[in-house]
Amino acid sequence: MVKRLENEENTIVCRCSDVTLKELRDKIEEGYTNPDELKRVLRIGMGPCQGRTCGMIVLRELANYTGKSMGEIKSFTARPPVLGVKIEDIAKALEGGDTDENQR
Amino acid sequence: MKTNANVVIIGGGISGVSIAYNLAKKGMKDIVVIEKEYLTSGATGRCGAGVRMQWGTEMNCKIAKESISFFESANETLEYDGDIEFKQGGYLMIASTEKEREQFLKNIELQRKLGIEVEFMNDPEMAKKYVPYLNTEGLTCATFCQKDGHLNPFLATDAYAKAAKKLGVEIYTYTEVLGIKTENGKVKAVITNKGEIQTEIIVNAAGGYSKQIGEMVGVDIPVYSERHQILVTEPVEPMQGPMVMSFSLNLYCQQTPHGSFIMGRGDANEPRDLRITSSWQFLDEMAKTITNVLPPVGKLRFIRQWAGLYNITPDRQPIYGKVDEVEGFYLAVGFSGHGFMFGPMTGLLMAEMIMGEELTVDVSMLDIGRFKRGELFLEPSVV
Repeated sequence: MVKRLENEENTIVCRCSDVTLKELRDKIEEGYTNPDELKRVLRIGMGPCQGRTCGMIVLRELANYTGKSMGEIKSFTARPPVLGVKIEDIAKALEGGDTDENQR
Repeated sequence: MKTNANVVIIGGGISGVSIAYNLAKKGMKDIVVIEKEYLTSGATGRCGAGVRMQWGTEMNCKIAKESISFFESANETLEYDGDIEFKQGGYLMIASTEKEREQFLKNIELQRKLGIEVEFMNDPEMAKKYVPYLNTEGLTCATFCQKDGHLNPFLATDAYAKAAKKLGVEIYTYTEVLGIKTENGKVKAVITNKGEIQTEIIVNAAGGYSKQIGEMVGVDIPVYSERHQILVTEPVEPMQGPMVMSFSLNLYCQQTPHGSFIMGRGDANEPRDLRITSSWQFLDEMAKTITNVLPPVGKLRFIRQWAGLYNITPDRQPIYGKVDEVEGFYLAVGFSGHGFMFGPMTGLLMAEMIMGEELTVDVSMLDIGRFKRGELFLEPSVV
């Protein structure tokens, strides 16, 4: 069992989706013990950073709860793109035109 | 893990948990749901999350209409401690060919006959009252139904699963079905990687893997699985009420209540297999289409793409019911890309069939026998 902190509801663990440490720990205690499951019920890791910030925190919390090492827990499924891209930039690039990105 | 059950349901998507919940509510005891990964890890959790009544066959219209009615009060009915995030922002269907316009006219005649309120816009410019930035160039007409919308597939499934558990249903996740035992033409047991469960009733609700489950009892289900892809943008302030959908333009695009835009399209050249990887070809085609049809949406950054499996029947309608070859083996398969939105009725109708009750909607024509009889009614309206 993990010792719960007083201020968990004021600690943000996912900046993109405003998920608090309290919400994360509550769901883990409810029985969601896989990062991909937590992502689906909390939206943690679904924002613009795609889990780069919260991913390690989720692994650490799960490791503390389950007694496994972080390396034994499968992290969020990695999906494209690496960084957010404007949809119209993809379309412009296909036409061979300038995009906001390559004008910089 | 139980070693005996009255009913074993294979598949932890919305269909599986909804069937379990409805059976338990009707008083059935000892119900087990088996899921090889976690709930919604298959097609339910990968779908576009839209729900619509604007279909082209009587069966699909009726099943969708009743399912949407259920979603309207699902938080209360299922006594959910969360929110399924149901939003009825409508679906704006746009046609870009004369043939599609004729199809829309046929569709709305059917929909109106079934009590579905649909607006027909002969002049596509009229559609701008719903989506002001819609590029209407080349469009031939539009239809709109306010009752259509969006809800969260993960939380809707979670709501059903929690309600089912309260009624005594056991859900075994990370449990894979390896085989099915039959005896004298009847189902006998489900063999999993965690043990064997004796049962006389098995429901195949395995979505993209339904054909493989059928093969375990020697039933050849006329379905195939096909990858369909989706991308999602960063969340932004509300700017689009309805889902915009077109069959000829091969597009659906909706802003979720959360603020992100979800969009997808099909690919007729997709191989028929079980792959769920992402491709750049999809991204290219999606980007071209969306930038043309909904230009301001093209200004948003997409942050993730993924894929899931459509389990497709020859007439794009589901298969519900028993099979001839094996007693006690039921099918709730072949949803052809709309299993999530049919979830509530799939659960109710399958429970009614198993309990031998009269069906709320007579779906007897959606049995597997229709393919042998040649009684197909092709659903024309699938992206």
